[in-house]
Amino acid sequence: MSAYDLDRRAAGGGLNPTLLRIELLRVLRNKRTMIFTVVMPVAFFFLFGTNSAYANEVVGNGNVAGVIMTSMALYGAMIATAATGSTVSVERAQGWSRQLRLTPLRGSAYIVVKVAVALAIGLIPVLAVYACGAARGAHMSTAAWIVSAVIVWLGSSLFAAFGLFVGYLLPSENAMQVIGPAMALLAFGGGLFMPIPDHGFFHWFSTFTPMWGVSGLAHAPQTGWSNWWQWVANLVVWLAIFVGGAVWRFRADTARV
Amino acid sequence: MRLAGVQRSFGDVHAVRGIDLTIGQGEVVAFLGPNGAGKTTTIDLILGLGEPDAGSVEVFGLTPRAAIARGLVAAVMQSGGLLKDITVAETVELTASLFAHAQPVGDVLQRAGIADIAGAKVGTCSGGQQQRLRFAMALTSDPALIVLDEPTTGMDVAGRRDFWAAIRQDADRGRTVLFATHYLEEADAYADRIVLVRDGQIVADGTGAQIKAQASGRVVRATAPDLDPHLLHQPFVQSVEHRGEQLLIHTTDSDEVARILLSRNAYDLEITAQGLEDAFVALTSKEQN
Repeated sequence: MSAYDLDRRAAGGGLNPTLLRIELLRVLRNKRTMIFTVVMPVAFFFLFGTNSAYANEVVGNGNVAGVIMTSMALYGAMIATAATGSTVSVERAQGWSRQLRLTPLRGSAYIVVKVAVALAIGLIPVLAVYACGAARGAHMSTAAWIVSAVIVWLGSSLFAAFGLFVGYLLPSENAMQVIGPAMALLAFGGGLFMPIPDHGFFHWFSTFTPMWGVSGLAHAPQTGWSNWWQWVANLVVWLAIFVGGAVWRFRADTARV
Repeated sequence: MRLAGVQRSFGDVHAVRGIDLTIGQGEVVAFLGPNGAGKTTTIDLILGLGEPDAGSVEVFGLTPRAAIARGLVAAVMQSGGLLKDITVAETVELTASLFAHAQPVGDVLQRAGIADIAGAKVGTCSGGQQQRLRFAMALTSDPALIVLDEPTTGMDVAGRRDFWAAIRQDADRGRTVLFATHYLEEADAYADRIVLVRDGQIVADGTGAQIKAQASGRVVRATAPDLDPHLLHQPFVQSVEHRGEQLLIHTTDSDEVARILLSRNAYDLEITAQGLEDAFVALTSKEQN
């Protein structure tokens, strides 16, 4: 009978580069996710952002093509983070979450991995759309290029929380079928597909939808910070709702037997 | 591993009602019982996937969660628990990355007998291959205790035999193995000790031979047209079945039954020992008798 060392503990709650790498590969190998997060936003930019009828009209310190570029990058990044977050629903359905509970990996460490992977994947559409924008006539000040890209990228983490929330909420493998259409609708509220009117019901209504704040902030480096505190308020409230919801469902999930 | 007075209910369902069980290091123990006997619930408690309503569970002197965090306990579940979109090798690599003292991935794949399919996507593997992969994942942390919940469900005969050969070989190195099953042959063939559960309680505990003896008795079979049935109303007769002319008598004293039968001109007399299957049925359905 061999002696077993009883005092061996895992480091860092199980957080490690191998886990990060394999999780990243899983998303990159998923063709559907890649089409929705990279190919579609780039195609939308070419479709809407390069129309010579209006693309060169001046807006803020740049042109309409610049605005559409930022919108499409944000849309792609948000789909990417939401899709990554929502993979927890598939993992729960396949019993993977339960399997992980038989390892030293802490639930919180796993969430950290999911958010990190979501942000890494979210960077791809931002870089892709901005590269296409630079090549095909998008203009804004140099500072605006950099600051808006950073806001788009970091702001998309709001939807990583959204994806996690929905992923823990829905009991089956089809979280993405809910998230896809929901994101498209929310994108109208954020003015990503067409400008929001300055007044009226639609304007008032859209200010309460979750993409409105992050969209306003992402475009602000080019178009101005006029409503900045309302955008920040919108972002903070929705972040609290999504993170709170995800934590609530995550706790319920790990308590379940 | 020690369970003391463990109880667990789900609403009105008392899945586990007072289990006391101590398992020493290096034992291979079968947890045998019909479906719904509380096997899986008990295993979940040992793995820290649930908390007992009453009683205590201790694994290597630690709480189940602490034992899991140290990689001392691993489990092979009946189904699920795999990601279909990564390869066999990646699955083991990922599992290994979570433990402080993981075994080399190649060794583990070899020992589980799946080194040849290392590059295959998990989703394309057969049920038997996936089960071996779960076993490989369990070996990764070199656990002192492996718990298997109905591990060979859905495997063919050859796959089952190979799987158990791998487990047995592994247990010979001093690993403690606890497996739940409702296959009697499996418990009898591969366990040193069988713990029989029914309705959330242990009804028998011992080696296969001891359990057979505990359910006791033999079956006497004979054709006895002239027999007055009242003669068989004896304390040592457990049950009498009529199969046409033939009688099937379960008894703890086959000699005495034979004497009665032969004195009434019975013929074609046969005496057989009960198999483990009869013991299992006798012990797990006592209330109905």
